Amino acid sequence: MYEGVVQNLIDELGMLPGVGPKSAQRIAFHLLAAEPADVKRLAHALLEVKEKVRFCRVCGNVAAEEECRICRDARRDPHVICVVEESKDVVAIEKTREFRGRYHVLGGAISPIDGVGPDDLRIRELMTRLADGRVTELIIATDPNLEGEATATYLARLVKPMGLKVTRLASGLPVGGDLEYADEVTLGRAFEGRRLLDV
Amino acid sequence: MSLYRDEGVVLRTHKLGEADRIITVLTKRTGKIRGVAKGVRRTMSRFGARLEPFTHIDLQLHTGRTLDVVTQVETIRPYGEALIADYPRYTAGSAMLETADRLIMGEKEPALRQFLLLVGGLRALSAGEHEARLVLDAYFLRSLAVAGYAPALVECARCEGPAVRAFAIVAGGAVCGNCRPAGAAVPAGETLALMNALLKGDWPAADASEARHRAECSGLVAAYLQWHLEHGIRSLRHVEREPAT
Repeated sequence: MYEGVVQNLIDELGMLPGVGPKSAQRIAFHLLAAEPADVKRLAHALLEVKEKVRFCRVCGNVAAEEECRICRDARRDPHVICVVEESKDVVAIEKTREFRGRYHVLGGAISPIDGVGPDDLRIRELMTRLADGRVTELIIATDPNLEGEATATYLARLVKPMGLKVTRLASGLPVGGDLEYADEVTLGRAFEGRRLLDV
Repeated sequence: MSLYRDEGVVLRTHKLGEADRIITVLTKRTGKIRGVAKGVRRTMSRFGARLEPFTHIDLQLHTGRTLDVVTQVETIRPYGEALIADYPRYTAGSAMLETADRLIMGEKEPALRQFLLLVGGLRALSAGEHEARLVLDAYFLRSLAVAGYAPALVECARCEGPAVRAFAIVAGGAVCGNCRPAGAAVPAGETLALMNALLKGDWPAADASEARHRAECSGLVAAYLQWHLEHGIRSLRHVEREPAT
């Protein structure tokens, strides 16, 4: 146990995900040894993120204003919406530079065993966005795990009567991997989603 | 035993650290086990897809100090693939897994009958031969029976007399007019017959039942299950009933 304030800092750091007691202690002593200006900058950044960051009222992505950068961008295609589970998925897709439409962040995936049902996600908000008839394609980019697939099935069923084109991101072999190491579920999906080589 | 091998059904998973998962598996010989599967959340993982809930797997683990570590996995049957294509079946399956996890309290205590029952339940659910909620209710009743909480449905739970009039959870099932405690439900005779058919595996009788008796049966079974578990089943709130055909 250390002096009150040092122990407080270690306890607070230890609450962060992936930070155990030893790591918390190491970070605390790093901060103690750091320049006061550096620590102040970190403290300011922490306070600022809590004060300024909110969720976009349109898509649910993290935003510094009422609407996020993507929803404010008039150059983005308003006819295509990509549905993701979390804001960090938006960043992952943006890095590909393949998608020029807009997003909708659900805030998780349907997981009955964890008590998360459709009403706990931003599905109602999505339906409101789709109701005006401007959107022609809905791309479902939930995680390729059981909860993500179940959420995709649920959304596809819900949106079907609207006559929209509903697509799902392809699942299959990772680039740079060996075929022999692929598991049968992934390999099966890769076969299901095989594409025509038009050379 | 540092390395051991068993077959089992993945009941649930929890995220651990950056890319790992803790998986809970109901195995055939060892009972319920919790193990760490390292790196399975990465897209390059060799066995990430095999360790999804509902998957019947053959796995090898290394005994650890607190949690065992999954070293190899092979799929026996991926029931999840069929279930995610049908939302009502997925929700029913989730309730099945949660119940198995709750009913089997201790870890590494063999529960062969519960394992076989769960595999049978998942197989029936993914085959889609019966309504998902009927399969779920049958699983609830039979898993309770295996755990020693089978409800009395033909004779009175208290006096063993034949005239069954009401259903009292606290009494242990159906009761006669004389033994009926205050607050006991009075279901239709067909509902009690349906519960008995599900418990005994009489599927022609269960499939022929009417929607209103199925709904009443589901309500009673869910209440009976949660009373004995002394715990709510969170998935139950999300279980969808298939539209009547």
